[in-house]
Amino acid sequence: MDVKFESWKEIIKDENIAFKKTKVLTDNILSYCPGCGHGVVHRLVAETIEEMEIQDQTIGIAPVGCAVLAYDFFDLDMQQAAHGRAPALATAIKRLYPEKFVFTYQGDGDLAAIGGNETIHACNRGENITIIFINNGIYGMTGGQMAPTTLEGMVTSTSPYGRDPKLMGYPLRITELIAMLPGTYYVTRQAVYKPAYVRKAKKAIRKAFENQKLNKGVSFVEIVSNCNSGWKMTPVEANKWLEENMLKTFPLGDIKVDGELVKEL
Amino acid sequence: MAKVKGAIVIDIEKCKGCGLCVEVCPQKVIALGDKVNAKGYFYADVVNENCTACENCVMICPDTVITLYRAKVEV
Repeated sequence: MDVKFESWKEIIKDENIAFKKTKVLTDNILSYCPGCGHGVVHRLVAETIEEMEIQDQTIGIAPVGCAVLAYDFFDLDMQQAAHGRAPALATAIKRLYPEKFVFTYQGDGDLAAIGGNETIHACNRGENITIIFINNGIYGMTGGQMAPTTLEGMVTSTSPYGRDPKLMGYPLRITELIAMLPGTYYVTRQAVYKPAYVRKAKKAIRKAFENQKLNKGVSFVEIVSNCNSGWKMTPVEANKWLEENMLKTFPLGDIKVDGELVKEL
Repeated sequence: MAKVKGAIVIDIEKCKGCGLCVEVCPQKVIALGDKVNAKGYFYADVVNENCTACENCVMICPDTVITLYRAKVEV
């Protein structure tokens, strides 16, 4: 390791490490595009598991979508679900192994479109699982097609003139939808486009995992993320666009905490 | 008086050159260079030694390629 600056030689020592990659992530290079929010959320989930010391008691469910290879990146027991069926698979695993920590990691196409049915019913049954939901308003992996969460007027490859609600419906706010179900215990929406929000998102993910000890119902964390390839922007522009546009339709903050709605829907 | 100083090490072979860390660094310690790594990305590199260990870059980096060091030094 070559150190560029003379003054840094004193600082770069093992005892001074303030941050390094968690051991719950493998050494594989993430398959995501440069600047994608998936990487940050992977890290937050992995760090939470490391801090809670539950690496050997956690089972993750990988979705279909950009995060389909999540089992390559988490050093955990993982299962790969059919498209949209992650909450159903998580239900089975949690009922077979009630002492394990079970989480699903899904994108908006997987959770809100193809898996809308599974998501709503798993939440309605009040399964004691954690759902991590990455919302970037587009089908990233298949080439930027319109998703249920695509904003009004947003241009995608299947809505080239912008999403017209009269023809294509309104953006689906599934997080608000499932917050109304009595089976959910903790529902929140976070983002990872700025360091301060990353820290908040980590706290939310930690709470969602801690809730599994209580056996009170589903903990659901939505993360509003970017898709710079699908949106056809640079990563920095995409984060700016997210702040200006996505957050109007998907406002950040807790929606349901400890089984009580904290926000008017 | 003791002062907190920071230093970062970037794993350039894993960096994808997204530039998010360049944007969030208040001290402008990081910049995208004109050299590419094995994957063909213009990777981020350190350009000055003013790091204060604020953790912004490690928080925003999607690929967790930055290791941060923090130490108290006498000035």
